[in-house]
Amino acid sequence: MLTDVLTVVLSLAGCAFFLAGTLGLLRFPDVFTRLHALTKADNLGLGLVVAGLALQADSWAIVGKLLLIWLLVMLAGASVANLVSRRALDKGLPVWKR
Amino acid sequence: METMTGLTGLFDVFLSAGLLWLAWQALASTDLFRAIVLFISFGLLMALAWARLGAPDIALAEAAIGAGLTGALLLSALARLPRDVPAGDAGCRTAFVVRVLAWLATMGLASTLAWVVFHLQPVAPGPGNAVIEQLEASGVGNPVTAVLLNFRGYDTLLEMAVLLLALLGVWSLGVEAEQQVTGADPVLDGLARLLLPLLILVAAYLLWVGAHAPGGAFQAGSVLGAAGVLLLLAGWRLRAAMSSAWMRAVLVAGPAAFVAMAVTTLLIEGRLLEFPQAQAGMLIFVLEACATLSIGATLAALYLGGIPQAEDDA
Amino acid sequence: MTAADLYALAGVGLVGLGLYALIVHAHLLRKILAINVTGSGIFLVLVGLSGTGPDAIPQAMVITGIVVAVSATALALALMLRLTALSGQAELPQDPDDAH
Repeated sequence: MLTDVLTVVLSLAGCAFFLAGTLGLLRFPDVFTRLHALTKADNLGLGLVVAGLALQADSWAIVGKLLLIWLLVMLAGASVANLVSRRALDKGLPVWKR
Repeated sequence: METMTGLTGLFDVFLSAGLLWLAWQALASTDLFRAIVLFISFGLLMALAWARLGAPDIALAEAAIGAGLTGALLLSALARLPRDVPAGDAGCRTAFVVRVLAWLATMGLASTLAWVVFHLQPVAPGPGNAVIEQLEASGVGNPVTAVLLNFRGYDTLLEMAVLLLALLGVWSLGVEAEQQVTGADPVLDGLARLLLPLLILVAAYLLWVGAHAPGGAFQAGSVLGAAGVLLLLAGWRLRAAMSSAWMRAVLVAGPAAFVAMAVTTLLIEGRLLEFPQAQAGMLIFVLEACATLSIGATLAALYLGGIPQAEDDA
Repeated sequence: MTAADLYALAGVGLVGLGLYALIVHAHLLRKILAINVTGSGIFLVLVGLSGTGPDAIPQAMVITGIVVAVSATALALALMLRLTALSGQAELPQDPDDAH
C-alpha cells in the first residue's frame, strides 16, 4: 500500500518536471535555453519516474534494467544536446541576450 | 482489456486523440523537417498504443523500426534533397474539385471502416486459440514468436525476401551518396564507441529472450540496424566492410537460411517448414540468429542508400 | 466500447488522414509520409479488431507489416531521390495537357 502511494507520488513529481521542461521548450527564447530546459526535465523527471516504477518491480533485475534505461536516456540526451548546440553555434543562430 | 473504466479509459482517449492530432499536424505541416519530426513523435506514441493494446512485441518493433529507423531514413533523404527543390506548399496547388472529391471518397471509406469495426461479428473462433493450444509443440514459449517462426514461417521467409528485394532495388538506383563527414566529432565518436558494445549485447539479449518473452529476431535485428546507422553517422569508415563479400554473405544469410530450412523440411517431411517437435526450439533459434544478422545488415545498408563503394574505387 | 475498439477507430481515422494526404499532396516526401501513416492506421485496425485478449496472429502480421513498410519506405525514398536528381523537382510530372 505504501509502495503504491510512493509510486504515484514519485511518478507525479516526475511528470511535473516533464511539464516544466515542455513549458521551457515552448516559451524559452532560443535554442540553447530550450535545450537546457529539455535536458533538465529528461534527467530528473525520468529519474523520478524510474524511481517510482522501481518500487513496483518484482526483482532486482528489473530495477537494474530501469536504471539502465535512465542512464541511457541521460547519455543520449546530453550527447544530442551537445551536438545540436554545436551545430546551432556553427550555423550562427542568434543567442538570446537579456 | 475490459470495458473502458475511469482513468485508463481517459488515458486511452487522450492517446488516441494525440495520435490523430500528431498525424494531422505531420501531414499538414508546411515545413518538411517539422513534418518528419512530428512523424517520429507519432511513431513513439504508436509504441505506447501498442503497449496499451497488450502487444509488447509490436511496441518494441514500432519504436525501433517504425519511429527510429524510418525517421532516420526520412531525415537522411530530406538532407539529400537539393536545396533548390521546392518543398511543396502542403497541397495548396491541388484543384479544389480534386480536394472535394478526395475528401468525399476518404470520408466514405472511413465511415465504412468504422461501421465494420463496430459490426464485425466473429463467425467462428479464430485460430488464436489453436495457437495457445499448440504452443507447447512449437518449441518456444512466446506465442508471437511461435507464429512468426513456426506456424507462419512461410510468411517470414517471404518477408526476408522482401527486405532483400528492397535492398536490391535501392542498390539498382545508384551509388551511395557522398558522405559529408564534417570532421571527427568527439562527442558523436565517443557515443558510438560507448553504445556499440551495449547495442550488440541488447540485440543478443532480445534474440535470446524472444523465445519466452517479448522480443525476437526483428526487434534484435532492428537494434543491430540502429547500431549500423549510428556508426555511419559517427563517420566510421565502413566502406571497405560494407562493400566486401562478407557483407553480402551476411545480407543473404537470413533468406538463405529460411530457404535451406524450407527445402530440407520439404525433402525430409514432405511438408514445407514443418519442424520436428523435438528440434523445433533449436531450429527456430538458428533461423532467428541468421535473420537477426541479416535484418541488421539490410537496415544499415538501406540507410546508406546506394551501392557501397570500396576504398579504391572512389 | 472497449479500448481495442477505440484504437481501431483511431486507426480508421489515421487511414482516412493518410489517404487524403496521399491524394492531395504533390510533394513525394509528403506522399511517403502519408503512406506510412495509412499503414500505421491499418495495423491499429488489424490488432484492434482482434478484440480483447492478446491474439498472437494479428500481432505477428503487424510485425511483418512494420518491417515491410520500412523496406518499402526506403525504396520509395531512393526512387524519389533518383527522380529529383534526374528531373530537378520532387514531384511527379504533371500531365502535358493539364491547364497548370
